Amino acid sequence: MTKVEYTPREFKVVGTRPLRPDGIDKVTGRARYGADISAPGMLVGMVLRSPHAHARIKSIDTSAAEALPGVKAVVTRADFTHQPEDNATADILDNCMAGEKVLYDGHAVAAVAATSRNAAIAAVAAIKVDYDVLPHVMDVDDAMKLGAPVLLKGRKQETVPAEMSDNVLTRNQYGHGDPEEGFKQADLIIERTFKTAATHQGYIEPHACLATLGADGQGDMWVCTQGHYMVRNTCAAILGLDAGRLRVTASEIGGGFGGKTTVFLEPTALVLSRKSGRPVKMTMTRDEVFRASGPTASTSIDIKIGMTKDGKITAATGDYRYQNGAYEAMNGTLGAMTGFAPYDLEHVRTTGWDVVTNRPKAAAYRAPGAPMAAFAVESVIDELAGELGLDPIDVRLKNAAREGTRAAYGPTYPAIGLEATLEAAKAHPHWSAPLGKNQGRGVACGFWFNFGGDTCVSLMINPDGTVSLSEGNPDIGGSRASMSMMAAEELGVPMEQVRTIVADTASLGQNEVTDGSRVTFAVGLATIKAARHAIEIMKERAAMTWGIDVDAVEWVDGAAQPAGPNAGKFPPMSIGEIAAIAANTGGPIAGHHEVNAEGAGVSFGTHIADTEVDPETGAVKILRYTVFQDAGKAVHPSYVEGQFQGGAVQGIGWALNEEYVYGEDGRLQNPGFLDYRIPVASDLPMIDPVILEIPNPGHPYGVRGVGETGIVPPLATVANAVSRAAGIRLTSLPMSPPKVLAALKGG
Amino acid sequence: MVRLWGSLAEFAAGHHEVEVIATNLRELLDGLATAHPALKPQLERGVSVSIDGRIYNDTWATPINETSEVVLLSRLVGG
Repeated sequence: MTKVEYTPREFKVVGTRPLRPDGIDKVTGRARYGADISAPGMLVGMVLRSPHAHARIKSIDTSAAEALPGVKAVVTRADFTHQPEDNATADILDNCMAGEKVLYDGHAVAAVAATSRNAAIAAVAAIKVDYDVLPHVMDVDDAMKLGAPVLLKGRKQETVPAEMSDNVLTRNQYGHGDPEEGFKQADLIIERTFKTAATHQGYIEPHACLATLGADGQGDMWVCTQGHYMVRNTCAAILGLDAGRLRVTASEIGGGFGGKTTVFLEPTALVLSRKSGRPVKMTMTRDEVFRASGPTASTSIDIKIGMTKDGKITAATGDYRYQNGAYEAMNGTLGAMTGFAPYDLEHVRTTGWDVVTNRPKAAAYRAPGAPMAAFAVESVIDELAGELGLDPIDVRLKNAAREGTRAAYGPTYPAIGLEATLEAAKAHPHWSAPLGKNQGRGVACGFWFNFGGDTCVSLMINPDGTVSLSEGNPDIGGSRASMSMMAAEELGVPMEQVRTIVADTASLGQNEVTDGSRVTFAVGLATIKAARHAIEIMKERAAMTWGIDVDAVEWVDGAAQPAGPNAGKFPPMSIGEIAAIAANTGGPIAGHHEVNAEGAGVSFGTHIADTEVDPETGAVKILRYTVFQDAGKAVHPSYVEGQFQGGAVQGIGWALNEEYVYGEDGRLQNPGFLDYRIPVASDLPMIDPVILEIPNPGHPYGVRGVGETGIVPPLATVANAVSRAAGIRLTSLPMSPPKVLAALKGG
Repeated sequence: MVRLWGSLAEFAAGHHEVEVIATNLRELLDGLATAHPALKPQLERGVSVSIDGRIYNDTWATPINETSEVVLLSRLVGG
């Protein structure tokens, strides 16, 4: 029984494209990022990391490091004296600072705080660690085999068959119908295995923080993160602190994409500060970002789909095996839930496996788990369409999920926008444009859930009538602009009259992390409700001033006015006029709203790509790329387009070049942007974004999240385009030139 | 009637759909744990619940009526 929040209306501010309020700070260098803040007496923190993929720590000797000049503190796991209460927090601690074993190349084993960077480097070099090196396992299929080196015993969930390796932590199965029966009705069945490599989110700004923690348990942090409340709560749980005594402020953030939804340095910085009695700043190098912060999972996926001659899918199965690095994550589960989500299937069964390997723990990466699943599913659908001589968009339209479809992961969909994206793609000039030699066109669909969650907003009416709005979510995609716009829309004032800031953890109640495409939906909903709260107060103040009942006052175009001739004849009172006499009418005026904003609407997208394959080198060029996605209501269309474009570009990199390359010794071979190839502007055409607006009934303006869905279709879209250009099905990502060349030569 | 995801059915005597008398999310989760104790490990790890096609995680008071479609899902995360 879903509460319908949406009411159709004419917008004055929402849907326009004002200048971005964070733009000047960012282009002039005035914006303060994680490493841009200092404190008196501040020390430099640095981490010693494991050179081994898997080893038991026999001993750590820090005496020589502690004796060096300028070294104020050295910590190991022994300095983390509090035992977290739950497994998930214990795993986060173990990932931040290894306990008995190191589980991947780059795993932290000790840390120092010193008066200079050089002193810290010398101290790290002086720490002696005696390791008992153990066999390691890097590949998901290898890790699942009985006899594979086991990272952590006793972590297998009850759903995993007893005879499987302890590296297999979870098995989750979804679906309905009888796929075996469905396959009997198919005219053509295609079954293939797909592989995708681990990739990094590739944010420009490395992890950084400044921490102060006294012996009294009171502390402050400045952190580059997607969720400073999460940082506060997690650090408090790891260190046994009272969350209320730890205040965390989020810095400006240079990209996150899911990779900054957990902690890496922060608990260590706090322990170093407590031990040294000084503020400690820690900043990861790029090498550390690659080796020790979360990449996404690598995968091995089996997909089988049966189809009739006229393009109807009769049955589908998927086996999604994901390695999540050294600790538990649920990427495989999410792959199993999302892969077939765009389709209306009578018979479907999927199984997701989440497996640990000797790699850094996978962190979320935009729609975690979904892009790889879509790559596999959409590749087989494309191949079936090709083999049957059918138009690939028509095939998708024939099988598209719509209102009333039972999703492959269980629920029945309410109104959704997949068909609209497919129809828009089919009607777009891109779909019918001519192609040249060695060129191919691909299309694919993608799905993501979108979330809401705990959210707090406070909206203050200042004495001059301007508006200060505080939210508790770091702005990674333009949320300060969109909150200002939604507040302005509701209040009836220009957007420039509202300034939105990201408040620290002591200033607002609990806020979930900026993730799950939740912020424009959830914080936007809270912003609108906070503005309505402030309006009610301002109407009361105007009623008091006029000596009439508040029910006789209405709010129109940023002013209170009598609601009809019987209410009396009074000129409208603007926000500024009401605010100017607030001290006389009851005191300061503020609205606020606190909510667990659940019930976010799911999201779909369809992408088209044209590629050209160089038959001599195997290099792939993206010639044209168009994104069609449902935004519910685009608050600031330029930011929405930016999300579409960014998702597409990250997906193109995942499809063509990006991959973690490990040596036989289990050490990462390419921890830097020279050897880990992300797309740059000169690699790409302008990504053409097409925004569709099918209102989300769960939001007052119809908004639905747009941040994640854009990365789901591109892996498959590019693979389908390259496969059609090359005349051979590519099933392994990245489709780097050597791999494409080998495929062209039949290798 | 609550629909379970496939691998959970093994812990509800093989049933993919189980009946629970509940008027809201909290009663649903409590009722599931009582009727099918083998589901407790998963319920304690966390679940999401789809009610009439929309996903909820925590709000105990979320109403459920007799005609609501209720589907238990793995606890969802995003990026």
